[in-house]
Amino acid sequence: MGIFIGGDTKLIVQGITGRDGSFHARQMIGYGTQVVAGVTPGRGGKAFDDAVPVFDTVAEAVAETGANASVVYVPARFAADAGFEAISAGVELVVIITEGVPVADMLRLLPYAREHGARIVGPNCPGLIVPGVCKVGILPGNIVAEGPAGIVSRSGTLTYEVIDCLTKAGIGQSACVGIGGDPIVGTSFVDCLEAFENDPRTAAVALIGEIGGTDEQVAAEYVSKHMTKPVVGFIAGRSAPPGRRMGHAGAIISGAEGTAAEKVRSFQENGIAVAERPVEVADLLGARL
Amino acid sequence: MNIHEYQARAILRDHGIPVPEGFVAETPGEVRRAAEEIGAQVVVKAQVHAGGRGKAGGVKLASTPAEAQELAGAILGMEIKGHAVRKVLVGPAETIASEAYVGIVLDRAQQADAVMVSPAGGVDIEEVAATNPAAIMTRRIDPRYGLFDHQAGELGRFLYPEAEKAKQARSAAAILQKLYEAYLGSGATLAEINPLIVNGAGEVLAIDAKMNIDDNALFRLPQIEALRDPEAEDPAETAARAAGLSYVRLDGNIGCCVNGAGLAMATMDLVKHYGGEPANFLDIGGSSNPAKVVAALELITADSAVSSVLFNIFGGITRCDDVARGIVQATDSFDLQIPITIRLTGTNQAEGLAILARRGFQALSDMDGAVRAAVELGG
Repeated sequence: MGIFIGGDTKLIVQGITGRDGSFHARQMIGYGTQVVAGVTPGRGGKAFDDAVPVFDTVAEAVAETGANASVVYVPARFAADAGFEAISAGVELVVIITEGVPVADMLRLLPYAREHGARIVGPNCPGLIVPGVCKVGILPGNIVAEGPAGIVSRSGTLTYEVIDCLTKAGIGQSACVGIGGDPIVGTSFVDCLEAFENDPRTAAVALIGEIGGTDEQVAAEYVSKHMTKPVVGFIAGRSAPPGRRMGHAGAIISGAEGTAAEKVRSFQENGIAVAERPVEVADLLGARL
Repeated sequence: MNIHEYQARAILRDHGIPVPEGFVAETPGEVRRAAEEIGAQVVVKAQVHAGGRGKAGGVKLASTPAEAQELAGAILGMEIKGHAVRKVLVGPAETIASEAYVGIVLDRAQQADAVMVSPAGGVDIEEVAATNPAAIMTRRIDPRYGLFDHQAGELGRFLYPEAEKAKQARSAAAILQKLYEAYLGSGATLAEINPLIVNGAGEVLAIDAKMNIDDNALFRLPQIEALRDPEAEDPAETAARAAGLSYVRLDGNIGCCVNGAGLAMATMDLVKHYGGEPANFLDIGGSSNPAKVVAALELITADSAVSSVLFNIFGGITRCDDVARGIVQATDSFDLQIPITIRLTGTNQAEGLAILARRGFQALSDMDGAVRAAVELGG
C-alpha cells in the first residue's frame, strides 16, 4: 500500500474518450494501474482500446467493476459535477486533474466529499504515483524510481523536476502527491504529511510549496509538532512581484504572509531545511536518509 | 480579474444595496456637468485597479462644479501605483455620522467564504486586524445554506450595538445578505464595502465598493467578463490570455517560456540566482499545441528588453514533440534575432529532440545548465 493509492486501487477514468483522458489512460495502463472502467456520457457500451469498458455513468461503472477510485479529465465546467457523481456512486478517492475549476464549485464539493467519507485530490493537480505499483493522473512514470523519499507538492511540472533530480541522484520515492495549485484543494499538505509519517516505506519527505496562502506555514507547524521523519522544503516564487497571479490561481501574494520569504522563514523555524534550487532538494534529502 | 469601483457599485445596486448616485467621467468637462447635475458638494474618485487611492491624491472633495472640474484635471492622467487614471467617479459627498467595514472574502485556510465586519471602517481592514482584532467579527458561510439570518443579524448588531440603532443594525444585516448574493452571482473571491456609512439622515449606505473576480468562473458569467477593462491591463497580458497563455511582464531581459506555473516561478527564481533578471512569467499550460508555442515566442520577443530566450519544458500532459514543432514553426515564421536556449525533457522527449535536431537546434536536458546558458547569452 502507498499513499492514498496502491495495488488495490481500481480506477475509473472520467473523460476517457477525450484527448487528455485517452492519452493518460494509456499511460496509466502501461504503468500497471488497474484501469477498470471509463466514463463518457453517451458512449456507454463501447470499449476503450478494445480493453476498458466505457459506461455512461459512474454508478454503472462502479456497479459493474467494483471501482474504488476515479480520475477526472473532463473540462472545467463539468469537473465539479464529475466529482459529485463519483462520490454519489461510492467512489472513495477522486483525483481531479482539470485546471480552471471555479473556486465556488470546490467550496460546494468538498463538504459533500467529507460527508460521504471520500477524498478529493486536486483540482489543477498532476495526481499521485506510487513508483512500481500504481499511478493516477499525469505524472510521467519514466522519471520515478522506487525508494524511501515521499514528495508532496502544489505544482505539476516543478514536482517532475524535483523527482527527476532525486532519481538521478539515486534517491527513489515511496510516493509522490501533487495536491494542486488552486486556492481551494481537497487534500492538504498536512493530509499528505500525516500519511507519509504513518507509511512504513517512507523515510523522509520533500515539501514543495509556492507563494500565496498559508498552507506551507500550517504544514511547517505540523512538521515540528507531529513528525518524526525529516522534512526538507522548497518554495517557488521568490522573484515574483506582489499582487500578481503567477499562473496558479493560488499563487498571488497578498499581505506579508503569502510571500516566499515568510514561508522560507516558517520552514526554517520549524526545522525544515530549505533548498535554494530544485536540484538541492536531492542534496538535502540525501543527507537525511 | 479586477473590476472598477463604479462597476462594483452597479452590481451592488442591482442587488438592492443602497448606493448613492454616481457618474463616470473621462474628461474634466464631464466631471463639471456631473457636479452640476448633483447640485451639491461632490467627491471625485480615481477609477484604477489599485488600493490606496486616497493617500495617492486620487480622491478629492469639491464644493463647486468649477472646483470639481479643476480637481478632475489633476486626477485624470495621474498614475497610482503604475496605473494611469483614465476615469473618475463623481458622486454626492455624503454627511458621515459613522463608518463601518463589511466584506465577504474567500477564506482559503477554512475552505469557506467568510463575512467580516468592523465598526472601525474607512481604514485598511488589514490594519484593524493587526492593531485591534477585537473590532472585527467574522462568520463563516456554509455554501449549501448561504448566510443565515441569525448570522447576518448578529453581524449587524456588532456594527450598531446601541438600542437606538436597531434600525441600522437591521439595515446592515439585509445589506450583508444582498452582498453575499452579489458575491455569488459575480463569481467573486472578494466583495467589500469600505466604508459602509450611516449618513446624516440615519440611512446605511455603501459609499465605496471593491470586488475581485475568480477568473475560473468567468466562462459562465459573460455579463461579468464584459466588465473587463482592457485599458487597465497590460496589452501583452491581454494578448496572452487570448492565446490561452498565462503571462506576466516583469522588468528583466531573460524571456522565459515554461510549462506549468510552479516550474515557471522556479525558473524565474533560478534566473535570478544565476545573476540574471527574468523578463516575464509565462506558462504555456498543459495540453499545449504548437500554435501556443508560436504565440508564446511572439509575445516574449515583442518585449524589446528581451536579449535571450529560455525554454524550460518538462513534459507531462504537455508533449515535448508539440513544443518542438512550435519552436520550429515559430522560428520559420519570423526571423529570431536573439539567442534561444532550450531545455526539453519528459513525455515524448525523444521525438521532440529529433524534431529540433533536424533544424539544427541543440536542446539541454538539465534546468540549471539551461538557465546558466540563457543568462550568459543575455549578457
